[in-house]
Amino acid sequence: MKEDAKTILDRWRDTGWVIEPEARKVLKLYGLYTAPYSWAMTAEEAVKGAGKIGYPLVAKIVSADIIHKSDVGGVVVGVRDDKELLAVFTRLSSLQGFQGVLLDEMQSGFELIIGSKHDPQFGPVVLIGIGGTSVEIYQDVAIRMAPVTVKEAKEALLSLRGSRLMQGYRGKPAINMGSIANLIAKFSEMVYDLRGRISSIDLNPVMCSSRKAVIADARIVL
Amino acid sequence: MNLKKIFDPRSVAVVGVSLSNPFNPANIIYHKNNLRYKARTYCVNPAGGTLYGETVYRSVTEIPEKVDLAVLSVRAELVPAVMEECVRAGAGGAIIISGGFAESGRGDLQQRIQEIAKANNFPVIGPNCLGIFSPPGVDTFFLPHERLIALREGSVALVSQSGGILVDQTIKLTQEGVGLSRAVSIGNKAVLDEVDMLDFFLKDRRTNVVGLYIEGFSEGRGRDFITLMKSAKKPVVVLKSGKTPGGSRAVSSHTASIAGDYKVFSEVLQTSSVIEARNEMEFVSYCEVFSCCSRKHVKNVCIITASGGHGAIAADGCFHGGLSIAEVPEEDAAALRPMLSKSVQGICSLENPVDLTGSAGDIDFQTSVKFFLEKDYVDCILLLLLPYLPGITSDVGARVAQLARESGKPVITYMPHIDKYGIFIDGFESNGVPVAHSVEGAVYMALGLARRGR
Repeated sequence: MKEDAKTILDRWRDTGWVIEPEARKVLKLYGLYTAPYSWAMTAEEAVKGAGKIGYPLVAKIVSADIIHKSDVGGVVVGVRDDKELLAVFTRLSSLQGFQGVLLDEMQSGFELIIGSKHDPQFGPVVLIGIGGTSVEIYQDVAIRMAPVTVKEAKEALLSLRGSRLMQGYRGKPAINMGSIANLIAKFSEMVYDLRGRISSIDLNPVMCSSRKAVIADARIVL
Repeated sequence: MNLKKIFDPRSVAVVGVSLSNPFNPANIIYHKNNLRYKARTYCVNPAGGTLYGETVYRSVTEIPEKVDLAVLSVRAELVPAVMEECVRAGAGGAIIISGGFAESGRGDLQQRIQEIAKANNFPVIGPNCLGIFSPPGVDTFFLPHERLIALREGSVALVSQSGGILVDQTIKLTQEGVGLSRAVSIGNKAVLDEVDMLDFFLKDRRTNVVGLYIEGFSEGRGRDFITLMKSAKKPVVVLKSGKTPGGSRAVSSHTASIAGDYKVFSEVLQTSSVIEARNEMEFVSYCEVFSCCSRKHVKNVCIITASGGHGAIAADGCFHGGLSIAEVPEEDAAALRPMLSKSVQGICSLENPVDLTGSAGDIDFQTSVKFFLEKDYVDCILLLLLPYLPGITSDVGARVAQLARESGKPVITYMPHIDKYGIFIDGFESNGVPVAHSVEGAVYMALGLARRGR
């Protein structure tokens, strides 16, 4: 087990979950990269961070009190310039438990959820599904015991009812299966390594395009 | 732990017989085994004396030989002490029938059992169970002989947490003509659980098919089960209960909310060679077909029927299950037609389903079965027979079975299960061809073979 990951998880144990910028650090320790992002505590830092990422961007509340960010208007997509960013920052900073704003690149593509949970019977499992906010409605998921190989990850993706949507349906480009399968395999090794310390994880959405797969949001529940 | 002595004991001690109540479970177990099973059987009660002229031993340690198996049916509080006596006496293992442990708030007593078993490497089934049916050696079900139907001996081993479900399934399989190698109810599974039983049955020479009724695995044992299945060569069928999510627990992640216990169970099992039955009928059908047919790779089915309606129902079932109904080439239909009875030639339909009509007799079914078994585009035949048709006789089973044996391809039959038609059904079943009692059941059997081949 990676000591640094353990330290981060231990730090958030009392809170019960790990806030997103910290969760991203854990992922990075296992070679799971997210797009460049910035964690801004002040309006000044936000403007500076936005300069590196570039507009338009996504601004998200960071708060240990807010686990479902969208439910409280804590995610703003398509922030176009400094003026908008400052307005968003002001609003988000009034939300409960404010610990800054996370600025992230805008991503587009096919939305998958890659998740994990500790199952009482089977131990750490990974979940792969057609994702985004509607995942619970479609329930189109595959579940495997962690760890999985790249080949098993591909098979799991192809077992989804909606798998044709990923393979270039009606003129849309096919997503990069190799890239997402690699990500799943790496992720499954991470959750196996951290077994016993984590209750569940959502990487939702993971944005898949013909080039790559990018983790756009991460939540670790302890 | 070695389970051989539990399942194939040369001698059995039944501890807890009553000297005053002949209907005490221990007395039923003792008499049943003493009179009807091969293992030498002894009875134990601290009072000693005799029971129907047989010696009652005061303790397992007094029995003149080391018993292979001790069956404990004493009050829960007494179980740990009796277990320790069994260990001292050199017994090979124990089955604890008694209830009154974790299921009724006495987790402490159950833990005591675990400790004694672990410290002495002493295999234990139960507590709170019916134990095992393992002919011809032993049967610890405390159900009077006259209340049960005679079970057939065969190659299917059954494992169940619940004793009630186990007995039910043994009866249902018997009624379908399926023979059992062994059956075990594991109760509270304090020491040995489903995974241990699967491990034993996968190696057991008398067992070719393992059927398990599972309520849930203990912590982490699902993973052990899947690991064990990686090397399994025998078909393993699972029926799961407890699929309903218990209440609406608030969970803080999408993954935890979607991946409930049953969802994970079902998904993970699909990645192994375990075949999950969705309901009892599938469970019985799969166990039956696997006990008869070992061929894998079933994809293309040929339906031969005496009635168009039955053929259509079977075709729908096959289609929905993902089997293909092989198309019969025109030249094959043309070749088969003149081989059939004159009365059938003009009215039969030789597409798939092959409808030979109610005018067909044994010879027409035999001819068609033989014809299609030889075709590369047929992996399996579903034969839908109606025993009230005048042209069909009780010989048809043995004749069709012979053709199936020669070709090596499975033939699955449907015939209504009414006592009156027993002789027709026996003709198939005694010769290794499974007979379903509904068209749906026959389709399940074909699907079972197809799933196994995947």
